[in-house]
Formats: sequence, C-alpha cells, structure tokens
Amino acid sequence: MFSGAVVGVLSYLLYLAFADSANTPQSTWMPMSDNTDNIHAVYQVVFYLAAAVFILILFLTLLFTLMFREREGAVAQQFHGNSKLEVLLVGVPVLIVVAMMVPSFKAIAQNTADPPKGALEVVAIGHQWWFEFQYPEFGITTANELHVPAGRAVSVTLKSNDVIHSFWVPQLVGKVDMVPGHTNHLWFTPDTARDEAYLAQCAEFCGASHANMRFRVFVDTEAKFSDWTKATAADAAKPASELAKAGEQQFTASGCIGCHTVKGNPLAQGKAGPNLTHIGSRTTIASGILPNSAEPMHKWLANPPAVKPGSKMPNLALTEEQIQKLTAYLESLK
Amino acid sequence: MATAVGTVGHTHEESTVWKWLTTVDHKKIGVLYLVTGFAFFLIGGIEAVLIRTQLAVPNGTVLDAGLYNQLFTMHALTMIFLAIMPMGAAFFNYFIPLHIGARDVAFPRLNALSYWVLLSGGLILTSSFLFGEAPDGGWFAYAPLTDETFSPNKGLDFYTVGLVVAGLASLMSSLNFAVTIINMRAPGMTMMRLPVYMWMTFVVAFLLILSLPVITVALLQLYFDRNFGTHFFTPGTGGDPILWQHLFWVFGHPEVYVLILPSMGIVSEVLPVMSRKPLFGYTAIVMAGAAIGVLGFGVWSHHMYTTGLGTVPQYVFSASTMAIGVPTGVKVFNWLGTMYGGNIRMTTATYYSIGFIALFTIGGISGVMHASPPVDGQHQDSYFIVAHIHYVLFGGAIMGIFSGLFYWFPKMTGRLLDETWGKIGFWFLFVGMNLTFFPMHFLGLAGMPRRIYTYDADLGWDTWNFVATIGVYILVVGILLFMLNVFMTLRKPATAGDDPWGGATLEWATSSPPPEHNFDVVPVVRDRDPLWYNRDHNIPMPERPAHLHIHMPPPSYFPLVLGIGILLIGVGALSSLAITALGVVVAYYAVWGWALEPTE
Repeated sequence: MFSGAVVGVLSYLLYLAFADSANTPQSTWMPMSDNTDNIHAVYQVVFYLAAAVFILILFLTLLFTLMFREREGAVAQQFHGNSKLEVLLVGVPVLIVVAMMVPSFKAIAQNTADPPKGALEVVAIGHQWWFEFQYPEFGITTANELHVPAGRAVSVTLKSNDVIHSFWVPQLVGKVDMVPGHTNHLWFTPDTARDEAYLAQCAEFCGASHANMRFRVFVDTEAKFSDWTKATAADAAKPASELAKAGEQQFTASGCIGCHTVKGNPLAQGKAGPNLTHIGSRTTIASGILPNSAEPMHKWLANPPAVKPGSKMPNLALTEEQIQKLTAYLESLK
Repeated sequence: MATAVGTVGHTHEESTVWKWLTTVDHKKIGVLYLVTGFAFFLIGGIEAVLIRTQLAVPNGTVLDAGLYNQLFTMHALTMIFLAIMPMGAAFFNYFIPLHIGARDVAFPRLNALSYWVLLSGGLILTSSFLFGEAPDGGWFAYAPLTDETFSPNKGLDFYTVGLVVAGLASLMSSLNFAVTIINMRAPGMTMMRLPVYMWMTFVVAFLLILSLPVITVALLQLYFDRNFGTHFFTPGTGGDPILWQHLFWVFGHPEVYVLILPSMGIVSEVLPVMSRKPLFGYTAIVMAGAAIGVLGFGVWSHHMYTTGLGTVPQYVFSASTMAIGVPTGVKVFNWLGTMYGGNIRMTTATYYSIGFIALFTIGGISGVMHASPPVDGQHQDSYFIVAHIHYVLFGGAIMGIFSGLFYWFPKMTGRLLDETWGKIGFWFLFVGMNLTFFPMHFLGLAGMPRRIYTYDADLGWDTWNFVATIGVYILVVGILLFMLNVFMTLRKPATAGDDPWGGATLEWATSSPPPEHNFDVVPVVRDRDPLWYNRDHNIPMPERPAHLHIHMPPPSYFPLVLGIGILLIGVGALSSLAITALGVVVAYYAVWGWALEPTE
C-alpha cells in the first residue's frame, strides 16, 4: 500500500505541475484555433494514455521491488515464462498504440487538408534571424508581427531565404518548417480576437541567434484588421519634427537604405533587412526581443550584434547624435 | 579512472605502457574502451553542466551564443559517439568471448585497430575546442546551415572528419563482433542459448553495419559540399537540404537503438541473476530486441514530421513508429515478470536495473506520444523532446551501463565495488537525473524551444529551468561518488572470487579477472543458463589440465601504427594534403607489416 500511496501522491503533484505549465504565455496546451483544437484532441488521448501507462508501470515496478526483495527463508520461483500470458500481454501495447493512432490519423487528415476557400493568403519567409510576412492581397510587406482576423482561415505559405527555420505559434498552429528551396504550407482559423499578442518563436536551430528569433501574432476583429491593412498598405508617414527629418537624411547617409525598405521614401528600397515602413506601429523591434520604444531602439542601433549575436545588421559605429536622429525618424514611421 | 589502467593489468613493470599499446587481448581492449568512454563521459558532463549553468536563470550571462551552440553540439556528439557507444563497446569487447565461451574475438588485431581509430576520431572531434572552432550546427548538422556559406569556420569539418573516423571504428568492431558471435560459440551454445546480452550485441552489430555506411556517405558529401564546391545539400543549385535529413536519420534513428539495446541486454542479465530465477520469456525478449532492430530502420521520418512531408508519409511513419512501442512494451513486461516471484538481492546493480525500467519507461512512453504527428507539431524541437531523449539515454542507456559496471566490476578486477557508497551514489544519480530532466517536460509543454542559449523572464520558464540546473549539480555528486568508489576499491585486495553473484552465464566460470586465454578448458553448454544447469545437475567444472597448450595471438603494434596513419589522414583532411600523404604512407607501412607479421 505504501507504493500505492507514493504513486498516488506523485501523480497528483505531477498533475499540478503539468496544469501549472499549461498556463504560461507560450503554452502548447491552450488551443485557440481549429488547428490547435485538432492537435489538442489527439494530445489529450495520447497524454492520458501515456500517464496511465506510466503510473501503472511505476506502480508495478515499485510493488514487485517491495514484494520480492530478498527476505528470510524465501525461495525464488523457478519458471521461464508463461506463453499464454506473454501473448496476451502483447495485446496491451497494441491496443494502446491503436487507441493513439486512430485520433492521430484523423488530426493529420484535418491539419494537412487544403485550406478552405476564401482564406487569407500570407507568405512567411524565414531569415537569419527574423520573420518576413507578405500579404499579396493587400500589397503589404512587414516583419515579426503578423496580424490576422479572427474567424477567417489564414493560409500561410512558408519559405526561407537562407537556412531552415520553423514557423510555430503554440496556441494557434503546430510547427511546420521553412525550408530553403521548398515551399511548405499550413493553415489555421483563429477562434477569437484579443488585444494580447500570441507569442511565437523559431523552432528549428538556425545559427547564432536562433534564441533571438521571435515573432508575435495579433488576432484582430474583422474591423480592426481592415483598419490595420489600410494603414499598413499606405506609404510611410512623413517625418514631422526637425529631429525626425534629420533622421530621414541620416537613414540614407548611414546606408540603412541599402537593406531596408521604407515605402514612400524612394531611396529606401533595400530588401535584405525587415521592411520598416511602419516600424513605429510595431510593438517590438529586433525580431521581438526588445519592446519598441526610444531606449531599446537606442540600444539596438548602438550595436546590433551585441543585442543579437551574429546579427546581419552590423555595428555602424553611429554617434550619439546620429542615433537620436535615427530613433526619432524610426519612431515617427507609424 | 586513469589509474584503473595500471591496476587492472598485470603487476607494474617497465613495459606496462607498451603492453597496453600493443595488446590484442579483448579484455585489455575492453578496459581501454571503458576508460576512454568514461573520460569522454566526464567531458560531455562538463559540457552539460556549463549548458545548465547558462540556463539556470533568464538572460544568463555565463556563456555567449557562439560558445553555447558549440557546447550543446559537442555535448551530444561526445555523449553519443565518444561516451555511450564506447562504454557499450567496452562491455561487448570484454564479455562477448567470455559469454560465448571463446578465447578471443574473431579478429584480435582488427579489434585493437577499432579502438585506436575510435580514439583518433574522438581526439579529432574534441581537439576542435583547442582551435576555438568546435562544431556548432547541432549533432544533426542540418544543411544548409552547415555549408560553408553559413558555417565558414572549420567546426563542421571537425564534425565530418571526426565522425567518419569514429564511424570507421564502429563499423570494424561491429563486423568483428558479428563474426565472433556467429562462429566462435562454445560447443552446445546454440543461437537460442545465447545470453540476451549477446543477442542485443548481435542486433546492435547489424544496426551499425547497415546504418553507418549511410551516414558515412552523407558526411563525405557534406565534406565535399564544404571543401570542393559540390552541391549535394545546397538549395538553388539542384541540391536539397531535405536529402541530408533523410540520410542523417536513416542512420540517426537506428543509432538510438544502438545506444539503448546494450543496456536492455545488461538489465536482462542482471535482473535474473539478482532475482535468482531465469529470465521471464527469453524468446519474447530476444525477438522483441530483433524486432526493434528491424523496425528501427522504418521510422526515420518521424524526426521530420514538420518538414512538410505531406499526409501519407505522416500516416506511414506514425504507424511504424508507434509499432515500435509494442516490442518495447513486451520487454518491460518481461523484466517485471522476471522480478515477479523472485527473491531479489537488492545490490547496487539491481538498483540501477530497476531504475532503468522505471526511467526508460518514461522515455519510451513520451516517445510514443510524439510518434503522433499532430502532437509532434507541438513537441518537435521543444524541451519535451530534450526530456524524452534524456530519459532514454540517461535513464535508459547510462543507468544500464552503471548496472553493468557494478555487476561486472568484480569480474574485470577481482574486486567488488563498495555497495553502501554505490547505493548512496545511485540515489544521487537517480534524484539528480529526475530533477534535471523531468521539469523539461513542463518546459516543453510551456513552449520552450530547445537549443536556445537564452530566454526571457516573462515566459514562465524560470522555475523549472532553475530546478533542472540544481538537478544537474546533484547528478555530478553521484558521478563523483562513483569515481571515488572505483578509486578506493582498486586499492583494496582482490577478494571478490570467481562468482560473487551466483551468475548463470559462462564468464562466472573462470577466474576474476580472467586469464588471457579466458577458459582453461572450453566449456560445454547444456542450457540457456549454463552454470545454473551445471549446478542443479551436479555437473562439476572440468579439471584444469596439467599442461595448457593454448595458442593466443601475440601482441602487435601494427594496429596502433595503422590507427596513427588513419589519424594523420584525418588531420590532413582538416589541414594539408601533405599530412594526408604522410598518413597514407604510415597506413601502408602498417598494412604491409600487418599482412606479413608472423602469428606464432
């Protein structure tokens, strides 16, 4: 009975720990779309079966250890096996895996099916170390923050510009890799709009700053999404303040235009780095690792590789004044 | 452990070092493998401690991104290729001839060569740290991150050359072991009387013979891509990075069974002896091992569910992967059946074997979980997988190896390891191991990807990362206690006797440590548990003949020279053609001497 009590207490503590982990910002156990609902339906079958097997085997191991450990006058029973029992016991793991397989097959069929008609088309391109998002329907190119409407299927075409990355939003969609030379697809329909972003990050090791390659997904109401597309498809705002105007010139002088596009600024046509047309409206910078405000922007511009090791954006050795101008300009790009 | 070399051998003589360098005795070679494997286990352990220290708190500053990526890559390579495989090979070497009643392996000089080549591979791989350019692309080295565009330094060349050389060693020893088991069994030792450990060895040998050529070709292709401008794996020029993944995992998955099957074999030896009853369901456990080996070749794409395989491959590979759960389950039932009705001596070896059953079961079950592609969409490349592989490789493979160490140490040295300290060490390892790796399930569930050198504080990952780091320090204490135990035991007199456990298999019928020729008289096998059969039927041990006319192969330094030649060829592949040429000359000299060496 002692072993039973140990297993019982342990199981309960485990349950608490699992439940607690399920309630974290990037949790894989908080399905918020049809895709993750499908996954979660399988997950629950698989998880509880696995937990049952785990508890049973642990219990038997403990029980047999306690029952049959060396004791006075005991004699080990001499037998080589029991063919009937062995054949019967083969059936147990067979039943368990079949019970896991049936819902798995169903979810595979659901999640690898073609997306529904009328889905929002998005192209997601992995770069070392940031995500590019294109909306062909609206002529939008943006980075690291994906906006989608609630209740409408989103069909994402996955590509990579360099090495293999992986697109994963734990609460919205199971991961699919972005493989150079291949085009992969996934789709999901977000359940409901919410203000808080869904956290996500690259899930395939992709080099020095793999840990710093994060992104966010905003699920908006239909109206809010429509406003966002209009605003984002528009040209960049013209800088208003003197400092921001000086920053626009600095943006050219420091060579930023070589890698970054700012729609409406005819000089800034670069494609190697993230599109900065509306950088001022994003909530984060540097692929989601810093909040978007003056101080982090300053830190980033001063020495990008120090913030994000291996960053393709070099340390431009900008002066304090130049950084302030650039920060003002970038923050004005609402 | 370094002192073990001198102590395990004969008395201290001037020529001790030379004896070890030129030995072709499978037992000495086994000890060399064991000491080498354990040394690399410590190196891999230090790498692990550094990794965990970096991750103890959010935004850790102990390591930078570059060093972290080198360390997690080298941790996997060191543990898989230079620690667990060699420690498995150590027991294979030492116990294949003893288990089957032979005097040595089929090709003793080839056996010595395997060791020297393995050591060369290990040195090449590990020396990369001295140049500050250790491989940093993960042990899986996915293209195109690993081509010369994205990994321009020498790290990945150390990887390809080191692994090709180490793989050569495994290929040679696998052929040697398979030939030995097929041809050199004692009279009466039919295949279905082989100890289970020998069956698992046999399966592992074939897994390696069939899978190593695949990875060798892939590694050479990667080397060519990096150094000679070919494009096997680079997109845009007709190459395909997914091809690398297929080749890597066609090797990589059977490799997992190469790591775990030997420990399954050890547990299948230890449990019956300690329970004082025959193994439950011998035939089932042997067939399950063979089935795992065969099925192991049909599941590689479960590492690739997320690469966009499509619907049908996901059906096929999830079905085949889950099917492996069946023979694995059979094995667990049979181990429990072996314990049932026994009178189990609770030795340290038993502790480790029972620990193996419990911990391996956890790793096995979580493996079946992400056999389901939708679940894998959440698990893949998350800490859940890190938890899973460590329950299989530490909870499984390492626990089994420690069980074997405690079980066979008296046979190898004539001395029993201290049981009290052994058990204290076990609890440190067991608690430390679970504290390190169980929280990783929670971290994976909370969406923490693996192979990240840093993480933010606001993601809910702090607590469990900290607990895991505490766990690894406790684990380290367990390892240190074990080393201290070995060190203290080796200073004591050899009083273990031939058969301290009442063993069933042939190695317990000879002295501890066994003489160079293993058995004075080749034993005759009448049952699956030969010594128990003889005991129960009052069959006496054969008399030692007055004169032993046993021909043993003489020592040879040509395996060492050929090993040096191969090392030079490898070093040349990393530096200059001249060194490779020198290596070819040395190797040619060694082959010449080897072929013409008198064997009398």
